[in-house]
Amino acid sequence: MEALIPQVVVCTDVRRDTPDVKTFRILTPDGKKPFVNIPGQCAMLSIPGVGEAMFSITSSPTNKEYMEFSIKKCGCLTEWLHMIEPGQQLTIRGPYGNGFPVDTALKGKDLLFIAGGIGLAPLRSVINYCRDNRADYGTIDIIYGSRSKDDLVDYKEIIDEWMNTPGVNVHLTIDREQEVWDGHVGFVPNYVKELNPDIKKTVLMCGPPIMIKFTLAGLKELGFEDTQIYTTMELRMKCGIGKCGRCNIGAKYVCKDGPVFRFDQLDELPNEY
Amino acid sequence: MYSIKKEALGSLLAAIGAKRKLYVPADNAGLILFTPYADGVSVNLSRNPDVSAKDFFFPQVENICRFKVCGKTVDVIDNREKNEDFVVFGVRACDVKSFEVLDNVFLSEPVDGYYKDRRDHSLIVTLACSKPLETCFCGTFGIDCAAPGGDVEAYACGDSYAFRAITEKGEAFLAELSLENGGDEAVEACKAKINEIKAKLPLSDLTTEGFGGGKTKDLFNNPKWAELSASCLGCGTCTFVCPTCQCYDIRDFDTGNGIQRYRCWDSCMYRDFTKMSAGQPRPSQLERFRQRFMHKLVYYPENNNGLFSCVGCGRCLRKCPQSLNIVKVMKALREDD
Repeated sequence: MEALIPQVVVCTDVRRDTPDVKTFRILTPDGKKPFVNIPGQCAMLSIPGVGEAMFSITSSPTNKEYMEFSIKKCGCLTEWLHMIEPGQQLTIRGPYGNGFPVDTALKGKDLLFIAGGIGLAPLRSVINYCRDNRADYGTIDIIYGSRSKDDLVDYKEIIDEWMNTPGVNVHLTIDREQEVWDGHVGFVPNYVKELNPDIKKTVLMCGPPIMIKFTLAGLKELGFEDTQIYTTMELRMKCGIGKCGRCNIGAKYVCKDGPVFRFDQLDELPNEY
Repeated sequence: MYSIKKEALGSLLAAIGAKRKLYVPADNAGLILFTPYADGVSVNLSRNPDVSAKDFFFPQVENICRFKVCGKTVDVIDNREKNEDFVVFGVRACDVKSFEVLDNVFLSEPVDGYYKDRRDHSLIVTLACSKPLETCFCGTFGIDCAAPGGDVEAYACGDSYAFRAITEKGEAFLAELSLENGGDEAVEACKAKINEIKAKLPLSDLTTEGFGGGKTKDLFNNPKWAELSASCLGCGTCTFVCPTCQCYDIRDFDTGNGIQRYRCWDSCMYRDFTKMSAGQPRPSQLERFRQRFMHKLVYYPENNNGLFSCVGCGRCLRKCPQSLNIVKVMKALREDD
């Protein structure tokens, strides 16, 4: 099978999560999951004639029925994706990348997830994987922030399922006061410091670069080490298999050596991301 | 070792061309380009062709697949071109080495089937460089232009050409041509002459010292990058004539009767290369220029057991409209030591 030739899939459901994020349910034409993946891996989705781009797989591998992608409308292909209706066929190839070390380094650890906005998309896969394999992990803390209540991706699952899972603590925050909101208000980096998490936790973080920058600084102030903090990267990609050269940083290719890196690994790379 | 008189080259090429597709270096409006062999083609073996031989395996544009889109349904059709056996004649040592550089990219897992199929269908007849140019520096990367390799090696010696099979495929190819034995002594003399010229080339003292895997921290933040890249136009000519540059783009084209997905050469020198809706990790030409050279001199060797992604063919030295090139970069970065 030629790596660059995609397979056809059907979008069977489109859910609007926020004003600019929709979640797409993807199946093969005969109703199966397109392929097996590990949490944090990505796939190339395409609308032929519009383009092809890399998206993180939002659903957990423990979901054996379908695959989901939460996608923010921010460019040409994503604008088109936001216009499709259920029944539309797309193409997919993958899975690509290393994923989070859920079966090795993360096993048995107390986990702290920190996400901002659409940055929850890749972490949701890990969070649900850990919830479904609850006995393999310690306590799970999730700090998730967005601009407003309406911008929290899949708020319903967070409220109905995550908050009701034993050993899972969810801390939500929004940037500015809102009438419908009686929870925490403030930016993620400050909220993390306020919550003062135990420095024995392993951190998985994803969000806008500015959030990452300040949260990382805050975590280090609290006493966290680079080796305890994982993130997942986004760079422009075309092939997804480490050949087209686009996502090359130093001697690494984000599509195949990443997208998940520990901060001590990122420190070794030139600052071009 | 086999030998023919120089005047018999035309009939030898005709005999090869009668059986397989054959490409030869030939005159094209002042340039020497690899050209399909046919009657009337003006074969020119005087120097290395202006454009590298990578196009034979990694063409400038090629089809990946086609899509038929009808309402909400999509069909994928593998419509890649079928390759026939072909011979490339007159490839120099530098371009032969570039195939190894490209192989490490395209033949590593997952194997690129488009590239591999072309490699499998090819037979490379190389030619020792009797007259290297003053822009040549293949020796810097340990390449011997007097022993070019390939499937069959050819030498221009006085009034004759000598041929030697390097691979089994080359052996079978030469056997088919029923050539006369001979030429061994002439080849030795030819090699000795080439080695004399090589030692006198202006770039013969250029070394790779200070470059290679693990040198990112030493080189990346060197202030010289600003000055070195200041006049770069970002035209991408260097990447297009480069035998080892292998970055590509994938694009869709609406043919009116479906969507053709194709890949084409791209360049890290272009602004678009890394631009995303989320931002631009290489905002100025400095970062883009630095990426190209850091990749060839540090990142690629780090991933490929020290092999550099430059073969010293000198094409970028001759073709850059601003006279920027890898030799200037290497010399400037080393001055700090």
